[in-house]
Amino acid sequence: MNMKTILATSVASFCMAGAALAEPQAEVLHWWTSGGEARAVAVLQQEFASRGGEWTDMPVAGGGGDAAMTALRARVLSGNAPTAVQLKGPAIQEWYAEGVLADISDVAEAEGWADILPASIAGHMQCEGTWCAAPVNVHRVDWVWANKAILDEHGIAMPTTWDEFNAAADKLQAAGITPLAHGGQAWQDATVFETVVLGLGGPDFFRSALIDLDMDALTSDTMKAAFDQMRTMRGYVDANFSGRDWNLATAMVMNGEAAFQIMGDWAKGEFLAAGQVPGEDFLCGSTPGDGYLYNVDSFAMFEVDGEDAQAGQALLAELIVGQNFQKVFNLNKGSIPVRSDVSLDEFDSCAVTSSNDMAATSEAGSLLPSYAHGMALRGAQAGAITDVVTAHFNSDMSSDDAVQMLADAVANSM
Amino acid sequence: MQWLERHVPKLVLAPSFIAALLFVYGFIGWTAWVSFTRSRLLPNYDLVGTIQYERLFASPRWEVALNNLFVFGVLFIGVAMLLGLLLAIFLDQKIRTEGVLRTIYLYPMALSLIVTGTAWKWMLNPGLGLESMVRGWGFETFSFTWITDPDMAIYTVVIAGVWQASGFVMALFLAGLRSVDGEIIKAAQVDGIPTHRIYTAIIIPSMAPIFLSAFIVLSHLAIKSFDLVIALTGGGPGYATDLPATYMYAMAFSRGDIGQAASSAMIMMMIVFAIVVPYLYSELRAKHD
Repeated sequence: MNMKTILATSVASFCMAGAALAEPQAEVLHWWTSGGEARAVAVLQQEFASRGGEWTDMPVAGGGGDAAMTALRARVLSGNAPTAVQLKGPAIQEWYAEGVLADISDVAEAEGWADILPASIAGHMQCEGTWCAAPVNVHRVDWVWANKAILDEHGIAMPTTWDEFNAAADKLQAAGITPLAHGGQAWQDATVFETVVLGLGGPDFFRSALIDLDMDALTSDTMKAAFDQMRTMRGYVDANFSGRDWNLATAMVMNGEAAFQIMGDWAKGEFLAAGQVPGEDFLCGSTPGDGYLYNVDSFAMFEVDGEDAQAGQALLAELIVGQNFQKVFNLNKGSIPVRSDVSLDEFDSCAVTSSNDMAATSEAGSLLPSYAHGMALRGAQAGAITDVVTAHFNSDMSSDDAVQMLADAVANSM
Repeated sequence: MQWLERHVPKLVLAPSFIAALLFVYGFIGWTAWVSFTRSRLLPNYDLVGTIQYERLFASPRWEVALNNLFVFGVLFIGVAMLLGLLLAIFLDQKIRTEGVLRTIYLYPMALSLIVTGTAWKWMLNPGLGLESMVRGWGFETFSFTWITDPDMAIYTVVIAGVWQASGFVMALFLAGLRSVDGEIIKAAQVDGIPTHRIYTAIIIPSMAPIFLSAFIVLSHLAIKSFDLVIALTGGGPGYATDLPATYMYAMAFSRGDIGQAASSAMIMMMIVFAIVVPYLYSELRAKHD
């Protein structure tokens, strides 16, 4: 053995030792800072530490993630991106287009993500064929929450069509009960609007109007009918709805001041926190019509230097989609696991419904991204639509004008 | 030694001069550049012409924001100056409790606009504030729902803004009133001129510079107002109370549309310049004379 070989082997073995000893490190930027959310993140943190990783927490609260995005922009521009960042929907692709996301296909393939994730959700996690993000949970957006006592008293069943909803609301209004608890904030108006579009137009119309932004769909009679329904529903909210936070609207349903609320399943957390039981105190049902609108939180992995950070990234991705974290996190957060093979024994009946519907709609091709929660469109385009929806809802604009304005706004946002 | 004497002032000023050059004018230039690009999530530097400005002026929301700035600016400046002047004149009547009253009127200025906005939000809320209180007194038909009415909501921003700023304007005017030469006033009183004529013909005209200062301070407060709207109405109902500053914030930080935000920032700057440049011009010319 000559000197050269010895040197080569020792260098090689040194490198291998280096790889084996790489200490997983992850700096994680997120905005889960409220009670239940912070607990949920702590779960991930513990799991990460128990696998020998070193977690650097970087929570940036405020503005529903706006502040965190500003921090992220500054970090990326200075060439010092965090390891993993809470990002979702098209924002992942937008950051990928800036050329700053890492490839975690190795982990995804080893864990078989393609088989356990619903296809349309897996699509958000892939950037031009490679995996670049790990999904955390699935929130369903198209839920109606109802006060069971009020519905029973007036002999009303959970509505399955928008006509039934209107009939029930008229009946309740005549009885002096606010039919719809709603908060007049742009994103809440948009949330109601997208469930109406899905219900009246069906999944295919929703896809062409609010995902593909097809001009014919945006100016169609179906879209006018959706705005007509929004105008009808404007009559079902109380006088003080402007600017009200969503959880106060949920409290109105809880306290029997209002009958229904249309809101994603984070509202369930409010009911549960107040000690109410699904099916006994409150009812959950999908909004009238077919389909399922999802809002999926995920962590995008950014391009980082150093083996430690890359090892941390891989470990983090593995843990996030792992069964244990999916269960514990979603029990804390009120959402459902994104993978189909997690036992739902400890979840409540609403979560089980949600999970079954997700599987069924995924089969039927009607599992759709929520536009109102930034899953379907770029921020500028979604914002342009929301502007029109909220302007229409809060004024006496006609549906014809609204549809025209919608087409102009979408064209202007391209 | 002589060299030092000559150059020390320049050396001492240099850091702040360079900082101002970079952080004010440098970034104005940067924003101007970005406003001519297609920047979205991150700034990019390929010039594409005036597309962002075309988009801006095609946007109904920006139109609402500009109209609101006009309505809010005119009413806020006008009413705050009028109220401030009246308060100052009343306080100037050598009343015994002047110190106490002056403090009371000046106190709103010590509050942050966020606090003002939140407090007025509750007072103006039909179900919690004024309307329900008056109804509680037995006037069942009383209605005051400006804050939920898209056509009237901008006036609630004016109310809260005036409440906040008029005490400060009063203090400015009070200082102005006190600086008028007492001899002239006494001479006028000896001549038997009525008090209101003394104010309209002598005191107020001699306070012209104070009016200008108050106008400049209030107008820049109006143009950059952001926190008041965010706390009071959140820009709503719909986007009925959006101002240019809240529009810019939404574009830059919520929607990832940096080009749009930059172009709206440039328009805001031009509005400020339209007010400040004539002022500076008149100031500089006055010094030359």
